[in-house]
Amino acid sequence: MTSFRDEVQELKTRYPEGTRSAILPALRLAQERHGWLSREAIEETADALELTPAYCYSVASFYDWFHLEPVGRHTIDVCTNVCCGLVNAQAVLDAFERELGVGPGETTPDGEVTLRAVECLGGCSTPTIVAIDDVYRQSVTPEQVPAIVAELGQ
Amino acid sequence: MSETTVRVAEGPALVLAGYEGEPLRSLESYRAVGGYAQLEKARAEDPQAVIQQVIESNLRGRGGAFFPTGRKASFIPTPDKIARPIYITVNADESEPGTFKDREIMLKVPHRLLEGCLIAAHAIQSKQVYIYIRGEYLEEYESLQGALGEARDAGILGGVEIVIHRGAGAYICGEETALLESLEGKRGQPRSKPPFPAISGVYESPTLINNVESITTIPSIFALGPEEYAKIGAPPDSTGTRLFCLSGNVERPGVYEAPHGITARHLIYDIGGGVPDGRTLKAVMMGGSSFPVMTPDDLDTPLDADSLGKKGYFIGSGVVTVIDERTCIVQFALRVAQFYMHESCGKCTPCRVGTRWLVQLMRAVEEGTASERDLDLTLDVCDRIIGKCLCVLGDSAAMPVASCVTKFRDEFREHLAHGGCPFGGDSQLAGLFAPVDQHAHTAVPQEAPV
Repeated sequence: MTSFRDEVQELKTRYPEGTRSAILPALRLAQERHGWLSREAIEETADALELTPAYCYSVASFYDWFHLEPVGRHTIDVCTNVCCGLVNAQAVLDAFERELGVGPGETTPDGEVTLRAVECLGGCSTPTIVAIDDVYRQSVTPEQVPAIVAELGQ
Repeated sequence: MSETTVRVAEGPALVLAGYEGEPLRSLESYRAVGGYAQLEKARAEDPQAVIQQVIESNLRGRGGAFFPTGRKASFIPTPDKIARPIYITVNADESEPGTFKDREIMLKVPHRLLEGCLIAAHAIQSKQVYIYIRGEYLEEYESLQGALGEARDAGILGGVEIVIHRGAGAYICGEETALLESLEGKRGQPRSKPPFPAISGVYESPTLINNVESITTIPSIFALGPEEYAKIGAPPDSTGTRLFCLSGNVERPGVYEAPHGITARHLIYDIGGGVPDGRTLKAVMMGGSSFPVMTPDDLDTPLDADSLGKKGYFIGSGVVTVIDERTCIVQFALRVAQFYMHESCGKCTPCRVGTRWLVQLMRAVEEGTASERDLDLTLDVCDRIIGKCLCVLGDSAAMPVASCVTKFRDEFREHLAHGGCPFGGDSQLAGLFAPVDQHAHTAVPQEAPV
């Protein structure tokens, strides 16, 4: 298995020398390995990129996709922007809240699932779009929610 | 798999040419519909002649700004004039609420995007393309990466390197200078212009930035010839087709390719099947959530930049989101304001503070604690945001909110008289959860006093 450091070096080759462009892909890689961007993950990234941890943190904290706090083993992101809202996003979000027993931005007590309400995911033609572990699922209805949550538990 | 309906609704198939329901993801399938033939044609021509043809087609940016694509390319210095690399960046950071077309391009005709990139690279003599794709787009990224791998193996790139760079969740990175900052590995905050990207873009080098749909349209200009292309749609300014994003309370939502100039009514009722269950159309989110809302009396406006502009509307990224009678327009304005507050990068005070103020005002109206004075105050706040920031994000919050207050003032007044929302809990957007209660990118608490 290639080391994180080696993979980051490969990422750096995609961009001109001396630039910091590899930081987003490197942080993405770090998050995929650690589940979230812990202090350790940020330091590891900084080390591989030869940047300071403070700089890496300042960049990571700008972007919604990066988790700066621990999240569950699974993430459920429900789109609640206008287009999905017009066609029942609220009911879908409510169904997830009921099924998981947590509200948006929270993680189930067993650390399994983090539920989030997010901005437009770009699937506006079908009610409602939900990203489950970052994979899009369109046309999610409240009725499907129990089965979706059960699937994750297996 | 995307479940979005994607089809050519009328007129010639340009962006979606050859797509009949099966994605043209493999090189073989794209070649079978004439793929990469226009690249060969363009490469045989002088770069300046290629730019000239794009100018003659009068193709304009499909990301929202509607800037002439060919003219933008003509601003890029030729390699003999500048001792720096020349870059192309493709804006695939599709995040405007209601927009879901670039995603479908990357899923259905990824090779056509690459072909457009390579024609553009030849035109401005660039050897390096960065495609900045929205971080949440996973399948789209894989589709594009797959197409790129095949094109590279087949020797189609011809010495041009294309890198797909994934964003990480920030609407503002769809703004061209914020995109450049982000690509350089920084927080995605817009730059002051000038210098314009054509002179000093990524890595302080000349950079051409185009939206996915704009670039993907380029091969069709060479297939038809610029003169023929320029006859399609609503010439002289709104030529060609575009991918309209139809959504909301409509029977058949989807991505529909159609010429500029079809009316909103035709798109919504004939192509889209109208509002379900015999309900009445109340408003249209026209162009995207960043623009003034359209009222039903303007439904016969042709969807081209000129006709829309005369009535104070924008074609934006081709968004047509139908809002029916069940929706409280104050809730709509509140939800839109919340989005822009969340996405404000925090660099300019009118936007950082103003978006938060708008949220507070809209919430006060919705909850019935506002007064008539607050409606005027809202318009005043909007006025103090518009045109006073480095980028248009602030304007994008202020324009829709101001349009709601102006065009639906009676409904706002009903809230004041009623001491709260007259819809009770029945509006579609009732209680819709705002994703975060603070500025995502600045960590300013929402309820902090303005």
